[in-house]
Amino acid sequence: MAFIPHTEGDVADMLAAIGAASIGELFDEIPPGLRVDELPGVPEAISEMAITRLMQARAAQDQGALCFIGAGAYEHHIPAAVWEITTRGEYYSAYTPYQAEASQGTLQLIYEYQSMMASLTGLDVSNASLYDGASALAEAALMAVRANRRSKARRILLPRTVPPVYARVAEAIAGTQGIEFCRVDYDTASGTTPVAALAPWENEDVTAVVIPQPTFLGSLEAVDALTDWAHARGALVIAVVNPLSLALLKPPGQWGAAGADIACGEGQPLGVPLSSGGPYFGFMTTRASHVRQMPGRIVGRTVDLDGKPGFTLTLQAREQHIRRSKATSNICTNQGLMVTAATIYMSLLGAEGLARVAASSHANTRRLVDALSALPGVERALSGPCFHESVLRFDRPVGPVLEALATRDVFGGYDLTTDFPELGHALLVCATETKTAEDIAHYAGALADVLKQQKVA
Amino acid sequence: MTEPLIFEHSRAGRFARAQAPVVREEVELPADCLRAEPPVLPEVSELQAVRHYTRLSQRNFSIDTHFYPLGSCTMKYNPRACNTLALQPGFRGRHPYAPASHSQGFLACMFELQEMLKGVTGMQAVSLTPMAGAQGELAGVLMIRAYHHARNETHRNEILVPDAAHGTNPATAVMCGMKVVELPTDADGDVDIAALEQAVGPNTAGIMLTNPSTVGVFERKIEQIAKIVHGAGGLLYYDGANLNAILGKVRPGDMGFDVIHMNLHKTFSTPHGGGGPGSGAVGVGARLQPFMPIPVVGREGDRYRWQDEKDLPQSIGRLSGFMGNAGVLLRAYIYMRMLGQEGMRQVGEFATLNANYLAARLKAAGFELAYPRRRASHEFIITLKRMAKDQGVTAMDVAKALLDYGFHAPTTYFPLLVPECLLIEPTETESKEALDGFIDAMCDIMERAVRDAEHLKGAPWTLPVRRLDDVRAARQLDVAWRPGSVDA
Repeated sequence: MAFIPHTEGDVADMLAAIGAASIGELFDEIPPGLRVDELPGVPEAISEMAITRLMQARAAQDQGALCFIGAGAYEHHIPAAVWEITTRGEYYSAYTPYQAEASQGTLQLIYEYQSMMASLTGLDVSNASLYDGASALAEAALMAVRANRRSKARRILLPRTVPPVYARVAEAIAGTQGIEFCRVDYDTASGTTPVAALAPWENEDVTAVVIPQPTFLGSLEAVDALTDWAHARGALVIAVVNPLSLALLKPPGQWGAAGADIACGEGQPLGVPLSSGGPYFGFMTTRASHVRQMPGRIVGRTVDLDGKPGFTLTLQAREQHIRRSKATSNICTNQGLMVTAATIYMSLLGAEGLARVAASSHANTRRLVDALSALPGVERALSGPCFHESVLRFDRPVGPVLEALATRDVFGGYDLTTDFPELGHALLVCATETKTAEDIAHYAGALADVLKQQKVA
Repeated sequence: MTEPLIFEHSRAGRFARAQAPVVREEVELPADCLRAEPPVLPEVSELQAVRHYTRLSQRNFSIDTHFYPLGSCTMKYNPRACNTLALQPGFRGRHPYAPASHSQGFLACMFELQEMLKGVTGMQAVSLTPMAGAQGELAGVLMIRAYHHARNETHRNEILVPDAAHGTNPATAVMCGMKVVELPTDADGDVDIAALEQAVGPNTAGIMLTNPSTVGVFERKIEQIAKIVHGAGGLLYYDGANLNAILGKVRPGDMGFDVIHMNLHKTFSTPHGGGGPGSGAVGVGARLQPFMPIPVVGREGDRYRWQDEKDLPQSIGRLSGFMGNAGVLLRAYIYMRMLGQEGMRQVGEFATLNANYLAARLKAAGFELAYPRRRASHEFIITLKRMAKDQGVTAMDVAKALLDYGFHAPTTYFPLLVPECLLIEPTETESKEALDGFIDAMCDIMERAVRDAEHLKGAPWTLPVRRLDDVRAARQLDVAWRPGSVDA
């Protein structure tokens, strides 16, 4: 029996202790008509050796391309130590640290994580994680409604430069709770949100303004001016940021005169593998004054009966297992293992290492853009600086170009045509620190071939 | 022995050089975009980081190191193959937006996982995207809401929830804009049918049920409940927290449920990870299929592809940035393939055998079962109200004392309606020897409560810390280290 240790003798002894004749008898309270014998669609068991063969073959099938896609999930080098330590059984197979005395390892690690995220974002307090970046924005919107008591409107201004899927997720999760997301237009020349685009809400009740940095298009918003606009009108500011970029970019806590109120985003760039889109983790930090409105687990440092320092889950009165229908969120389990990886990653890289990764990603993307935009029929679509992603405009539809590149084992980028039709035949490209000069030259060479072979539509 | 904070190992200028690009490249960005001061992150060597986090790991109880009978959490063994195989380069490095041409291996696993989950639950279709049980619940209630709205029955805004339910149930219902109507539980742990008949009406959107319930017994009147709720125009939601108890024996789809979520990190043995990642896949009956969260994997001939807004225009939408916790889903797939049809049945059987054995032995030793007239499912509740009254030793004291014996504590004070309770779930992967060791410890504690109650009230004694001051933690909030803050 797979993973079940019982011998026949054990079963006989245990049934005798229970006073049952068979294991089947233990199910005698289930109405007989409901019981099943067959599970359609479930094959017979295979051994670890056989599943290894199968999974090796399937993994190999998907492997081997050079990837220049970003769009919210980024390929970075992950030090070997990160997942060696993270998958130790003591982290991997523990649960939420309800019994603090038996969970000091996980609790201290989360406290260290919270400290790192607070410093990275320039805010006071962090929670222990949310599911991912997109759902973190939904939770931030709900939190802003709770925290901004002056606003009655439940209205969140959401620039189009926020990742489009974040907007969809926020709508799916928070839209049913009476929150109105108003889309704010952007300037197609720079790919950023001008303050003037907020004018329609100049005299309206606005609960919060979301500001992405960098934008989904890789561009950099005028975060100071946007933050000040929001605060001048009593709105809170929700920063959606790439945590890696904060090694270089101004942290949300220092935006404008007063700083953003909530920062959130996708934690994946901090040591979490691409892994088909998850598991990743969402992060959230805020000002100390808003901590009681924050969703999710929070770890605090305290002392034990002997006065010795220790760590425990705190402010649990916000949470579903205490407050039930009045909780700040229904979140229970979060993404603990991913936080473990991120904490080890940040410890190994330090501020200097993170800055080098961010700077290399920035420089490589610039090189990639230079190489690709030198080809006939390809040009830079946006003016202004970018962090580590950029938009290229083609003289023909992007879809067939990407397909042709894929047959050459190059993933050329993310096709923006559906979400940003006004940008024309636009492609979002990314080259992180993992890309060498040869990789970039290889992409440029492959693209030159493809463009020559394909006719302009 | 305390382990210092990682920041206390830090020295200015120290750097794990091998882990970063060799040079810091020029950055061409406007000065007003840049940060003035670097963030405060540790400056440590690779060895210091490895040693620190290895040492911290040793301050945890886990399934790999300790019996972990945490009720309602299904802390079963997480087979190592699931992790090793899911972390192969082809899976680990696959970008979520990789083209379908380079995704067939991964998508085949996801499609087959959907099919297997349909088979074990008796549902019509499965969406894998919810990222935890609570998000699966959210998806479920949003689908129920969408169903009523599509039928122009927008007034249906009441969700029935038994008083024993997990806290996420009422919290989720409220997140979906619903009103919660609580249902009482009868003396034997079943839903009070008379109260249910009173509670249903024209505003009923549905009911959220866990079966076996959170009090550890099978809801015997489930068919009657389904009839009453369906008769009133409502739908039935199955909270899969306790699916392990009935795996391969009885299926939620056959009981009449319209929508379910499964906790893959419980029933299908993906890691709990110190509090996630979970995975809360949802299964639906025919009525709710059009509303499933996207994306789901479809098959056309021998090709697989993600189905999205275009395929499911009535979907409640997207709940994650990409497609849920894919790496967790791979682990569940590998686990299910290794168990197969026969292994699935054995999960339910041996989880139930272990729980009933533990319940019978503890009862014989003098512990009071909360529902003595009932079969245990995969878990059961004992109430320590007598010990609390006679010796002043509470369920919390017993939980902490168990830690000194090398056992993780059961779930304490849940469900709320049983006083001084421990909810005990051994799972099928524990041996009889492990269970016997736990029984011995419980008997020892019972005897000690009479002889030396103060010892138990002070427990634990052998762990890195003794009981922690939770009140101070909340009042003198210290949730982030800062340079210059004093460390004891």
